[in-house]
Amino acid sequence: MKFLRYHPLVWLGLLAMKYFPLVWAGLTRKKLRTAFTLLSIIVAFLLFGLLQGVNTAFNHGVEGAHLDRLVVQGKVSMTDQLPLALRDRIAAVPGVVGVTYASWFGGYYQDTKSNVFSFPVEASTYFGLFPEIVLPKEQLDALIKTRAGAVIGRKLAEKYGWKIGDTIPLKSTIWVKSDGTANWDFRVVGIFDQPSDTGQEQRLFFNSDYFDEARTLYKGQVGWYSVRIDSPSHAAAVSESIDRVFANSDHETKTVAEKEFTQSFLKQMGDINFIVSSIVGAVFFALLFLTGNTMMQSVRERIPEFAILKTIGFSDQAVLSLVVAEGLVVALTAAAFGLAGSVVAFPMLESMVGVPRLPMSVLAVGLFYAVLLALVTTLLPGLRVARLNLVDALGGR
Amino acid sequence: MSNAVSLADVVKRYHRGRESVEVLHGLDLDIAEGEFVAIMGPSGSGKSTLLNLIAGIDRPDSGTVMVAGQKIDQMSGGELTRWRASAVGFVFQFYNLMPALSGAANVELPLLLLPLSRSERRARVEAALEIVGLAERARHKPSELSGGQQQRVAIARAIVSDPPILVCDEPTGDLDRETANEVLDLLRTLSRDHGKTIIMVTHDQKAADVASRQLHVDKGQLVDVAPPRSRADAAPLAEAGRLA
Repeated sequence: MKFLRYHPLVWLGLLAMKYFPLVWAGLTRKKLRTAFTLLSIIVAFLLFGLLQGVNTAFNHGVEGAHLDRLVVQGKVSMTDQLPLALRDRIAAVPGVVGVTYASWFGGYYQDTKSNVFSFPVEASTYFGLFPEIVLPKEQLDALIKTRAGAVIGRKLAEKYGWKIGDTIPLKSTIWVKSDGTANWDFRVVGIFDQPSDTGQEQRLFFNSDYFDEARTLYKGQVGWYSVRIDSPSHAAAVSESIDRVFANSDHETKTVAEKEFTQSFLKQMGDINFIVSSIVGAVFFALLFLTGNTMMQSVRERIPEFAILKTIGFSDQAVLSLVVAEGLVVALTAAAFGLAGSVVAFPMLESMVGVPRLPMSVLAVGLFYAVLLALVTTLLPGLRVARLNLVDALGGR
Repeated sequence: MSNAVSLADVVKRYHRGRESVEVLHGLDLDIAEGEFVAIMGPSGSGKSTLLNLIAGIDRPDSGTVMVAGQKIDQMSGGELTRWRASAVGFVFQFYNLMPALSGAANVELPLLLLPLSRSERRARVEAALEIVGLAERARHKPSELSGGQQQRVAIARAIVSDPPILVCDEPTGDLDRETANEVLDLLRTLSRDHGKTIIMVTHDQKAADVASRQLHVDKGQLVDVAPPRSRADAAPLAEAGRLA
C-alpha cells in the first residue's frame, strides 16, 4: 500500500484535504454572497442542462441516421408531394436496392399540444427498409391486412395507456377526409420497439392505402421516398442519378442523405440548435461577468490576508491555486446541483423531446463548462494576488 | 556569539513615478543571536523599510543582508519566500489573522508548507498555543477573542515552525497598556527562554524598554544606538522539546 502514497491522485487528494480548510474559510467569509453566487450558477446550469438536453435529444435522431439510406423529396420544398408513379423509376436506378415511401400526417390526440408523430407508410416495404424498428411479424402482417390498422411505439403506448385492439381517435392538422372532418380513427394492431433510439418509440405508422383513399387532396402522391442503396460510398452518385432521372420534369427531386433530411425535418420546428446555443451563450456570458466580478471583489477584500500568507511562506503559485480552488469549488458544486436538478426535471419534457433521461454527454459538457467558468473567473484575481507587492500590501497601499 | 542579522552598507530607494527617494543610506547593523532589539524612530525614518529588509520582504538596492546565516539580498522572489517560511516569524500590529479560521487553524498555517503529518501539525499547534497561554481557546475564531488574545495567537503562528528570528511590527500598537505588557512579557520570554532573536519596530518607549537593545533610526541612518543589556542564557525552542 505504500506506493499509493505516491500515486498522483492520492497525492492530489491529500493536498486537497490539507488546504481545503483554507479554501473553505475564503468561501464562508461572506456566506450570503457565496450563497447568491452559488444560486445564480445553479440556475444557469439547470437551464443549461434542460436546454442542452433537448438539443442533444433532437440531434440524437440525426446521429442515428443510416448512411446507406437516402431520401427523395421535392426539389423546391420538402413539403412538395411526389407522384406514386416515381417509385418504379427510382427503383430502377443503379445502386438502389430498396424503395418505400411515407408522408407527414400532422396528427394529434385530443389537444393540438399532444402531438402524435404519425406517418402513413407502405407497410409491406417500410419496415424492411428500417430494420432498427423491431415489430413482431404477426403484428406486421396484421397491419398489412387491417385497412385502418396502426402500429405504435412502446413509449407512445405507455404514455396514453394504449394497447393492441384499442381504437385511437386522432385528428390531423393537415389532412381532411372525404366526409369533411379531420378525424381519423385507427385500430392498434401492433407495438414496436426501437432499442437503438427509444425516443423514436413515440411514433405511429399506419397504412398509406387507407390514407390515400380517405383524404380529399393529393391522392396518388406521397411525401417522400426512402431509398436503400448498395453501399454508403455510392450515396453521392446514386443521389445524382435519381435527381437526373426527374430533371426537367413536373416533379423534379432533391435526393439527400437520411441525416440531412432529418436535420431539415427538425428545422421545420425551428433551429433548435441555434436557439439553445443563443440562450445558453447569453446565460454563460452574463454568468462570467457576475461570477468574475464577485471573485474579483472577494479577492480584493482579502488582499491583506493573501499578503500574510505570502509573507509567511506561501508561494505565488500556492496563493494562485487557492483562488482557483475557491472558484472550482463554487462552480463545480453549483453545476452539480444545477445539473442534478435538470436530471430530475428532464423526464417532464419527455413528451416534447421523446427522450426520458438527460443524456450523459450533457452532464459531461456541463462539468467541463463549470471548470472553464472557474478558471476564467479566477485567473485574473488569482494572478493579481500572485503578483502582489508585499511591501505595499502589508503597508495597506 | 554569532550574528543573527548583519547588514553592511545597505542602501534602499523607493521609486514613485520618476521620483526616486533614498530611504536608507548605507546602513550597517549587527544583531546577535537571541537578542531582543527594539527599533524606534519617527514616521518615515526608514524603520519599517529596515524591518522589511531583515525579514526578506524587500531587497536592498545595494549592500549586503545576512540573516540567519543566509545572504538574502540577492535571492529571487521564490527563494526569499521559501527562506521566510523557515527562518522568520511575523507579528503585526493588527494581528492579521484569518477571520474565518479558528485560532488553531491560524496557527497551523505556516505548518501547511512543511512535510508534516496531520498529527504532527496538531501537536506543534498545541505546543505553540500552550507557550502563549491560549491552549483552551484554540477553537475560537479571532472575532471571539480579545485584542491581546488575538496577538497571542499571532505570536503562536509566528513561532510554530520554530524560526530563529521573530520580526514584530508595532506588536503592541493596538493594545491597552496592561495587555501590551502581557504581550511584551511573552516576547521577552521567547527571547530569554527559547533563544529567539526578536526585532521589534515600535513607537512606544515603554515597549522599547523591555528590549535588550534599542536602535534609533532617523532619516535613513542609525543614530543613538544604545548598548546591549545583559540577558539570561536561553535554550533554543527546539532543544527545549516544546515544538520538536
